[in-house]
Amino acid sequence: MTRRPHRFLRRAVLSLALPMLLFVLLVATGHAQSSAFDRPPAPVTNVALKDAPDDAGGAITISWTLSPDDAGGAMDVIGYDVRRSTSPDGPFQTVKSVPRGSSEAADETDLDSDVNYFYRVVVKDAKGEAPSVVAGPVQAKVQWFNLGRLNTLIATIIYITLLLYFIFHAKKGKKLFIRRLAGLDALDEAVGRATEMGKPILYVPGISQISDVATIASINILSGVARTVAEYNTRVIVPNYDPIVMTVAQEVVREGFLAAGKPDAYDEHDVFYVTTNQFAFVAAVDGIMVREKPATNLFIGMFFAESLILAETGASTGAIQIAGTDAVAQIPFFIAACDYTLIGEELYAASAYLSRAPLLLGSLKGQDWMKICLIGCIAVGVVTLLFGIESFRDFFETPLMIFRQ
Amino acid sequence: MRREIPLIITFVCGITMIVQFFIPHEPFGSMKSYFQQSYMIIAAFAMILGICNLTKLHVNKIRYKRPHWGYSIVLLAGLAGMTIPGLFVGAIKEGGIFDFLFKNVHVPMQSTMFSLLAFFVASASYRAFRARTLDAALLLVAGFIVMLGRAPIGDAMTSFLPEGGQMSDVANWIMAVPNTAGQRAIMMGAGLGVVATSLRVILGIERSYLGGD
Repeated sequence: MTRRPHRFLRRAVLSLALPMLLFVLLVATGHAQSSAFDRPPAPVTNVALKDAPDDAGGAITISWTLSPDDAGGAMDVIGYDVRRSTSPDGPFQTVKSVPRGSSEAADETDLDSDVNYFYRVVVKDAKGEAPSVVAGPVQAKVQWFNLGRLNTLIATIIYITLLLYFIFHAKKGKKLFIRRLAGLDALDEAVGRATEMGKPILYVPGISQISDVATIASINILSGVARTVAEYNTRVIVPNYDPIVMTVAQEVVREGFLAAGKPDAYDEHDVFYVTTNQFAFVAAVDGIMVREKPATNLFIGMFFAESLILAETGASTGAIQIAGTDAVAQIPFFIAACDYTLIGEELYAASAYLSRAPLLLGSLKGQDWMKICLIGCIAVGVVTLLFGIESFRDFFETPLMIFRQ
Repeated sequence: MRREIPLIITFVCGITMIVQFFIPHEPFGSMKSYFQQSYMIIAAFAMILGICNLTKLHVNKIRYKRPHWGYSIVLLAGLAGMTIPGLFVGAIKEGGIFDFLFKNVHVPMQSTMFSLLAFFVASASYRAFRARTLDAALLLVAGFIVMLGRAPIGDAMTSFLPEGGQMSDVANWIMAVPNTAGQRAIMMGAGLGVVATSLRVILGIERSYLGGD
């Protein structure tokens, strides 16, 4: 009889205590979770500042270790603000904002060189923000040399040395062999054909500006063509896409006629400006081809999507067509639609080839030797990498690494 | 002096641009943007020169009734029709006459010219793909594989082959290996040509752009 109340009491205590324990556990866990979301995120650590290399002193790189609530923890970080001041006590202004997961930012906002700057990285979430400790000072230093371009400088010096060597070699009167370029050999034939047919020659110097080296190469070729045309008493039509190119082309053609001893044969209306709109230019040139029916079309310079429209229209008129460009995407179109095509470097060799001036030919020889050097390097690089030897490839990075250190 | 002054200007500007490429320090650091801005100013004035040249050419064509002078009337009408609204009647704001002409006349005509490319690709392909020589035959085969490989029918035809040997895989290989190798070779040759031509111009060896030797 006496044991029954004990058992009842024990059961009653257990039945009350267990739910209470569960309740306490739930409340405690919930509180812990809600407190992780309610509090601001943990700040970032290890803020490091570095002057951006190889620049004119306009940038500082800031890096940090991610907030514990970004890579893990509450995972509720929105992003980071990079704040800058000229004093460690502030005031700090936001100069850059980056999204979560970012551990680096570059400050390029109105930095003065040789001024002390202090930074703090502020991590943000929906409930607030937490700044890091102040890092600094750091200065944006102006560099005297862009070390990132050291390899380019070395290659340029080697190339220029080769070019100058062969130019001076040619100056001494040494004969240099230059392989035949069918497209340029056909120029005389093309001009002669136009003369026999009594029809003009159309010369399109591309649709780029004079700052483009391909346009300069085209103008150089136009100089030789103008002289030949003047000698044959033929007309050359030069429609231009760019007004500056037009003024240069006018001068070059005029001088060509003058050099041939026929200044009166030059007609300034034959070298004219059309438009700087790509397809309007194509429409105009196509119109000239269809109406004037030139015996020869020369498309030499920089071309884009209009290349095939021009070349196919020219082919439909029955003209001899010679094209030349270094625009890789347009070369197949010209090859398909033109009789002769100057591919890439041949465009730049054309002026020397046509004039046969020893100094110009010398530079072509230098170009060939540099190409041999490059081919040799590529071949050795491929073979060594195939055998798992990386030292040859690393050799090209060595000067950079030495100077950086 | 007519030749020497341009040569000196070319030499000084050329050397300055080379130096600024390697030296970020002032005064070289800002040289590039200075030259670019100068070029923009010259280009703006040259545009006036270009329009004057165009107008003079076509006015003369109409005046002397040269062949096809009727087209010159269309050209001058188009020039005036776009320039006057653009400069004086509502400028270039949205909904204005210029905007209307640009969207409803200029853009459709431009698209029409661009669309011609599709037809010209077909006619050029027909000419290029006639397998008369070994080169043309190789081009034909490569083109055939790439075209089939880019369409679902290519893989459907070769579905019995193992992974890596299907039409799209062969097409991708052609584009990524022989095609890229060829393009890079052309680009490297052109790059060397650009440097050599630039050097010839800077050193005054190449003077054709000045109108003669």
